[in-house]
Amino acid sequence: MADKPKIKLAVYWGAACGGCCVSVLDVHESLFTVVEHADLVFWPIALDVKYKDVEEMPDGNIDITLFNGAVRTSENEHMAKLLRKKSKILIAYGSCAHMGGIPGLANFSNKEEIFKRVYETSESIDNPNKVFPATETEVKEGKLTLPKFYNDVMTLNQVVDVDYYLPGCPPQTERLVEVFMAVVTGATLPPKGSVIGVFDRVQCDDCKRKKSDKKGITKFYRAWEVVDDGETCLNEQGILCMGPATRGGCGVRCVEGNAPCRGCYGPMEGIPDPGAKMMSAIASMLEGKEQDEIDKAIESVVDPAGTFYRFSLPGSILRRKQK
Amino acid sequence: MQSTVNNNENWTPRIVAFFCNWCTYTASDLAGVSRLRYAPSTRVIRVMCSGRIDPEFIMESFAKGADGVLIGGCHPGDCHYSEGNYKCLRRFTLMQKYAEQMGIEKDRLRLEWISASEGKKLQEVVNDMTDHIRKLGPSKIKEVVETIVK
Amino acid sequence: MSKQKEDIRIGFYICHCGHNIGSVVDVPGVAEYVSKLPNVVVSKDYKYMCSDPGQEMIQKDIKEHKLNRIVVASCSPLLHESTFRGATAKAGLNQFFMQMVNIRENTSWVHEDKEQATIKAKDLARAAVHRVAFHKALEKKVVPVNPDVLIVGGGIAGISASLTLANAGKKVYLIERDATIGGYMAKFDKTFPTLDCAACILTPKMSSVLKHPNITLWTWSEVSNVDGFVGNYKVTVTKKPRYIKEELCVGCLACIDACIYKQGKFYDEFNFGLAKRKPVYIPFPQATPQVVVVDDKTCLHFKTGKCQQSCAKACDRNAFDFDQKPENVEINVGSIILTTGFEPHNPVKSPNYGYGKYPNVFTSLEVERLVNASGPTEGHVLLRDGVTKPKSIGIIHCVGSRDEKTNKWCSRVCCMYSLKLAHLLKEHTDADVYNFYIDMRTPGKGYEEFYDKLLNEGVQFIRGRVSEVTDWATTDSEKGKLVIRAEDTLIGIVRRIPVDMVVLSVGLEPAKDAQEVRKMFSISCSSEGFFLERHPKLAPVSTFTDGVFIAGACQGPKDIPDSVAQAGAAAAEVLALIDAGHVELEPNTASIVEEKCCGCQVCINMCPYTAISFNVEKGKSFINEALCKGCGTCVAACGSNAIFQNLFDDEEILSEIDGLLVE
Repeated sequence: MADKPKIKLAVYWGAACGGCCVSVLDVHESLFTVVEHADLVFWPIALDVKYKDVEEMPDGNIDITLFNGAVRTSENEHMAKLLRKKSKILIAYGSCAHMGGIPGLANFSNKEEIFKRVYETSESIDNPNKVFPATETEVKEGKLTLPKFYNDVMTLNQVVDVDYYLPGCPPQTERLVEVFMAVVTGATLPPKGSVIGVFDRVQCDDCKRKKSDKKGITKFYRAWEVVDDGETCLNEQGILCMGPATRGGCGVRCVEGNAPCRGCYGPMEGIPDPGAKMMSAIASMLEGKEQDEIDKAIESVVDPAGTFYRFSLPGSILRRKQK
Repeated sequence: MQSTVNNNENWTPRIVAFFCNWCTYTASDLAGVSRLRYAPSTRVIRVMCSGRIDPEFIMESFAKGADGVLIGGCHPGDCHYSEGNYKCLRRFTLMQKYAEQMGIEKDRLRLEWISASEGKKLQEVVNDMTDHIRKLGPSKIKEVVETIVK
Repeated sequence: MSKQKEDIRIGFYICHCGHNIGSVVDVPGVAEYVSKLPNVVVSKDYKYMCSDPGQEMIQKDIKEHKLNRIVVASCSPLLHESTFRGATAKAGLNQFFMQMVNIRENTSWVHEDKEQATIKAKDLARAAVHRVAFHKALEKKVVPVNPDVLIVGGGIAGISASLTLANAGKKVYLIERDATIGGYMAKFDKTFPTLDCAACILTPKMSSVLKHPNITLWTWSEVSNVDGFVGNYKVTVTKKPRYIKEELCVGCLACIDACIYKQGKFYDEFNFGLAKRKPVYIPFPQATPQVVVVDDKTCLHFKTGKCQQSCAKACDRNAFDFDQKPENVEINVGSIILTTGFEPHNPVKSPNYGYGKYPNVFTSLEVERLVNASGPTEGHVLLRDGVTKPKSIGIIHCVGSRDEKTNKWCSRVCCMYSLKLAHLLKEHTDADVYNFYIDMRTPGKGYEEFYDKLLNEGVQFIRGRVSEVTDWATTDSEKGKLVIRAEDTLIGIVRRIPVDMVVLSVGLEPAKDAQEVRKMFSISCSSEGFFLERHPKLAPVSTFTDGVFIAGACQGPKDIPDSVAQAGAAAAEVLALIDAGHVELEPNTASIVEEKCCGCQVCINMCPYTAISFNVEKGKSFINEALCKGCGTCVAACGSNAIFQNLFDDEEILSEIDGLLVE
């Protein structure tokens, strides 16, 4: 192996929280294995490499880029396009790049609403002159520029061609190492467009909680409203768990920690919309035939769009709230 | 795109209509046999039961340019498959709440129970829904979805 | 989601249906448009696609152009899907590679705007072209047909159908809710237009039913549950307690004589209350079976528990059993004929005719009993006081028929039975008889001739709808009489005719529990509430539920000959099913991909047929294809995308949506 050239690895973040980058660090001592096989050529959180340096690389110079974060600004888009050009394999890493993620929830608002809230009405803001970020601002010293803040949050594949998707908020580190090793060892890679680092089954398959056909839910509870018995299917206890429509791969971590699955791993293959199947499955667990009984049960699903599309609004069929 | 109310009077919205085979599809056949005239707005997709209708079908319809989505099933208690229409009602009610959050006007999404004998009701529902959607104007969902995907 | 596979070769055929489609939709324009769509190899229009040359054109093209998908735009798939599937199969292509587009019932028949109708037809055609690319080759499921038949309702239609089938060697279960078979026909005196005695032609049929080795007759019984599907129905029949061991009773009627009530005291259903009966009774002398029944609502034993049970003591065969409880019997049959009949219009709902207010206003059915030799008055036509013979009688047609306030439909039999009653009343009383009619409707063999005969019998005919029946006399000659006010539209004046007796020719309505029966057998009703036939002309005794047929007045008002004819038709349909020995079921069933199933069991409750079960060992759910009826509710419920449905799979429906909307 020693005489094999090292592969070139890049990690970049768009609209992200930083958790994905930390998950890469979570490889712990495996990092030595990674470094043994790969050169990290670009990773803003850890290395001082400038955009200019990337721009100067020949096309296809990077073997793998892990792009985490959604596309929210012109900078994100520029970097996505740049890294696409410079990379052999571009991986949408984590829920935000995959489906829009938590930043994608901003698609319930538009740019004006967000600016108004953040720079004007927010309780901690004092902005009497109503100064808002602008792409260009003239100051004494010259012109200041900021990237353009888009009206919509986009997934990575809505901006560039993506080779693979590695979902999760953040992705399970073991899955990352598996994928990395597959590339390093020259294993046959899955067809382009595949979701990797996942199982071909939903969460429930690995969930140890007791499940039955007795769903008959009349009301959903928020986690603090009931005491979980620790062993029965959370949905059967009326705690909305996204397990039945969320792809496995994380190891049912949330449910193992007695918290309901929130759906960060996205839907099963072949499902065009991440929340629709879950909505359908959840409604299928309800009891009640009269409209008012059904209304009452649905009322207890406080925020369906935010619940079923917590990690995936930009990647959903409808993409965003209508204007 | 037409947007003013005046223009909309001559505009025919496109409504994707999911009708169950046993009641509402038969009712639409009956409306035909009875030569009941109604607005040429609906495009019917036949399913065996309203319980088959997946929320994903509704979203896909809107995203691809439908101005409205109409679901027709058997009356409560009349389902050919015993209770499929209740299952449809549960999904629809949740879907409706979601659609509202997504800013889709209420009049664009409708569920009606229309039995095999109610050709007349089918005519009335289609005309009424068409009128309501005309007032709203063409749906912009497709446009919005397409601007996001670059 | 258009399937751009090179191996998809679609043939598109659009039908003018004479002028039915062609006069509204630009048929050649649609054909031209579709010819440019991806994967379309052939696109043609033709005058009548369903005709032999139309079908042959498809078959020829399949071979010549190596087509592997067919789209036919014509009428409703509920009408001709099987035709075009057949044509597709004949050319050696799997029949499920054919998709129909409904541009007649759905388009040309309901729209006038030609441009919009054509746009719609193009949209629908494009959707089908998209969809059909995803169709898979499927085989129809073949299931055997249980040769036993259930017939519900023992009126003349049920009796006729039972005998036809039993004579053909098929085993028949005939279920009747009353204590006897015979239905309304058993209550009639004579039948029109031949005036032969109803009992003389009906009672031999009734006893044939009872004696027939192939017929199991259960009276005083009702169907309480129906499961299964064509060829394989499982039916629960509830035998109501008769408090008589049926097999022991020989119909000696000694118990009735011995009843503690010396006289009949209770409403006699058979005679519409014109006579009284005892708590233990037999509906009428020729009741079949000849078995008494104890009415637990009026019997002293059930009311007080203190009766000395003289009836039971009088029975030398110990046939009484006061402890009988409802008994459920499960039977397996392959087909079902519903002959559940009608309900006569209740004239109280037409208050202007004074029924219930003036004692001498009768319904036509009451008069049937009055003129009947074995009726409560032994054939003497008497007023409600039981002694006075009427000297003048007015018969009012269309009570509860052709009336915006009650029922809009023509009940078809009233004109003829009114003429019959006019004849019989004239014969029995020699009274002056007046018929008040709107139109005289006598289409039928020998019917118009019968009307002619009546015109020469001195019966008066007044053309006009009666506005009211009143006892308010304006002249001395009207005093003590019932005055019928009606506009005589032939001479254009309002007339007042005083009579002793008024006969209301009540119309036919759906049976009171038609809706419940309909639900139990999963069939539909038309808007007025009669059972809906599959096609008014081409499938008049079939329903939308395979294996369930309808005959007689449950499908709509009809007279005895038509009921018997329909019973024969239904029996023939059943025989066809039985003789074929098997039925082919739509393969639109759902199945679970085992590897994808996560065992969440959300789907299990979706299934009304318990077709889905959970395998604990494997931790997966499974669908029993034999029980699945293909509604697809579980498919929509599965979050794992593990369930798919033949003919209505996600990709088929989604591609149809995309095809509809994306030009």
